[in-house]
Amino acid sequence: MTQISEPQTITANDLLTGEVVYLTKHGVWAHQHSDAVTFDHPDRAALCLEQVSSRDIAVVGPYLARAKIDHHQAVKPVHFRDAIRATGPSNRFIGKQASPA
Amino acid sequence: MYNYTTFDKDFVATRAAQFRDQVQRRIEGSLTEDEFKPLRLMNGLYLLLHAYMLRVAIPYGTLNSRQMEALADIADRWDKGYAHFSTRQNIQFHWPKLPDVPDILAALAVDNMHAIQTSGACIRAVTADHFAGAAADELADPRPTAELVRQWSTDHPEFAFLPRKFKVAVTGSTQDRAVTKFHDIGLRLVQNKTGMPGYEVLVGGGFGRTPMIGQVLRGFLHQADLLPYLEAILQVYNQIGRRDNKYKARIKITLHEHGLEDIRQRVEENFALQRARFDGADQIILARIESDFTPPAFKTASTSCFGNHLAQNPAFNAFTKTNLHPHKNPDYAIVTVSLKAHGATPGDASSAQMRALADIAKHWSHDELRVSHEQNIVLPHVHKGDLPKVYKALQATGLATANIGLISDLIACPGMDYCDLATARSTNVAQRIALRFDALKQEHAIGPLKIKISGCINACGHHHAGHIGILGLEKAGAESYQITLGGDGSQTAAIGKPTGKGFSTDEIVPAIERLIKAYLAVRHDASEAFLTTFRRLGPAPFKAALYPLKDTHNEL
Ligand code: SF4
Repeated sequence: MTQISEPQTITANDLLTGEVVYLTKHGVWAHQHSDAVTFDHPDRAALCLEQVSSRDIAVVGPYLARAKIDHHQAVKPVHFRDAIRATGPSNRFIGKQASPA
Repeated sequence: MYNYTTFDKDFVATRAAQFRDQVQRRIEGSLTEDEFKPLRLMNGLYLLLHAYMLRVAIPYGTLNSRQMEALADIADRWDKGYAHFSTRQNIQFHWPKLPDVPDILAALAVDNMHAIQTSGACIRAVTADHFAGAAADELADPRPTAELVRQWSTDHPEFAFLPRKFKVAVTGSTQDRAVTKFHDIGLRLVQNKTGMPGYEVLVGGGFGRTPMIGQVLRGFLHQADLLPYLEAILQVYNQIGRRDNKYKARIKITLHEHGLEDIRQRVEENFALQRARFDGADQIILARIESDFTPPAFKTASTSCFGNHLAQNPAFNAFTKTNLHPHKNPDYAIVTVSLKAHGATPGDASSAQMRALADIAKHWSHDELRVSHEQNIVLPHVHKGDLPKVYKALQATGLATANIGLISDLIACPGMDYCDLATARSTNVAQRIALRFDALKQEHAIGPLKIKISGCINACGHHHAGHIGILGLEKAGAESYQITLGGDGSQTAAIGKPTGKGFSTDEIVPAIERLIKAYLAVRHDASEAFLTTFRRLGPAPFKAALYPLKDTHNEL
């Protein structure tokens, strides 16, 4: 498998609450981006996405999101859309940013 | 106000009950998301960036105090204590949970509200002039027509799956506050030479990626012919509107591709058939609806305390200069309540503010409220003698901002802070512009100016009609804001023209500031509004201000 320089996470929305969730290394869904498992191999990421898409009825619209590891070794989103999903709206202090883990 | 009949109530209650069953089946797993999505959208439920969003219809933007209180209760009980009034005169709850939505719909139904036809390829909730039944410049009240269209289009079996969504707006004034020229159908209440009431029918207007100004399909349509004529337009569109490409499916493209004459001929032929099918029952219904819209019992009382207060209270004085509009009864005024306190999100109101508005309407506006497409709330009938009390009550809840029609009274769609279709944020830009010009203490000197911001090409923020339009796009993984100039949503409608290269999120507010500085430098005097100056001089001085170091001729 080819190694890519940019890792990926799997993210979706929770069926019941609509809240943004991230697949963790334990195969469960967590609310915080920092808990997301990262995939360095695109094939593995795609396979895992296929599995959760077909099996997991507790989430809606799972997709692969670009991620990066910052200098504190923390997983961060790359795209500003994913950054807003990870924190909550920027126009008011509400959502994840207002209820940290 | 229109009162729901038993038929209306049963219909809404039945739909709410059906949706409860559908939600249950989705949660149990017997419906997949693909199966469930069209069902939830039919009931106004979207899944956006952070949560579900429930869009509730407020037909032609009209609410009574009880309904506003019910919406505040929903915001508190099932959402995060606030709601967003949209450019479609609707209200959106941005944080409901799926299992709660059936209870929310049931609560709405108690107060004659619902979320039906707020999504999907159907005829959407009809909009109208937010000053309807009150404005001094009104020729006829558009609400009975809007209500007739609502009843005709609700659950219309033939038009439940059109090529695309379909929007109708109605105005009864020469001053077009309902943006009729940018709707699929715009209806203008007019009279013919003999004084007969009827409509001018505009077709094919719209925003989105291909903005177009509606064209006159019929200069005069007799009032009694409205429904057969609408039926004829919709049938033609349903038959020949494109379904192969969703970007070419709106009626504006059908009109553009076939030509006005071709569409007119098809509609007239169909109209002749439709007319024979209507036996006058619709006119009986219209007469009944009209009786629901008789003017309130305006009181006769002294207005002297209004004049006294103007002299004593400069803040009140400033408020009356921007937030009042002439009422058809000279002792009354229309009050526009700004949901644009500097730095606030345009269109957002807390549940406490919604309750305060309900209370004010109950006491001092004949129990009526309106939602404007400009994301403000209107108190349509306030006696001038009560204005000081209304102002005080608004002040107490942070709703007395004196900025209607000024630079900080800007429209912004939810953008990427909420919307999953967005390419950039819009509310954030709106907040920063409002704060900047408040800090400069310049907005009253700048005068009338409409800035409209959309977070993507779908143009829900009406940026094409902004005197200054701002379109948020994504460029190389970052937000980029394109400025358009000279747009106008009124009777003198115009589509704003792009100025050139976009601005980053850090550059956009200084760019707007340069634009305004240029306007102040070139306007004749303070009485020449931004749009007038732009029309007089064209884009050159504004482009020079936006792109000071470059040859602006190369930008396009
Ligand atoms: S214009 Fe785009 S970003 Fe704004 S609300 Fe509409 S679809 Fe969403």
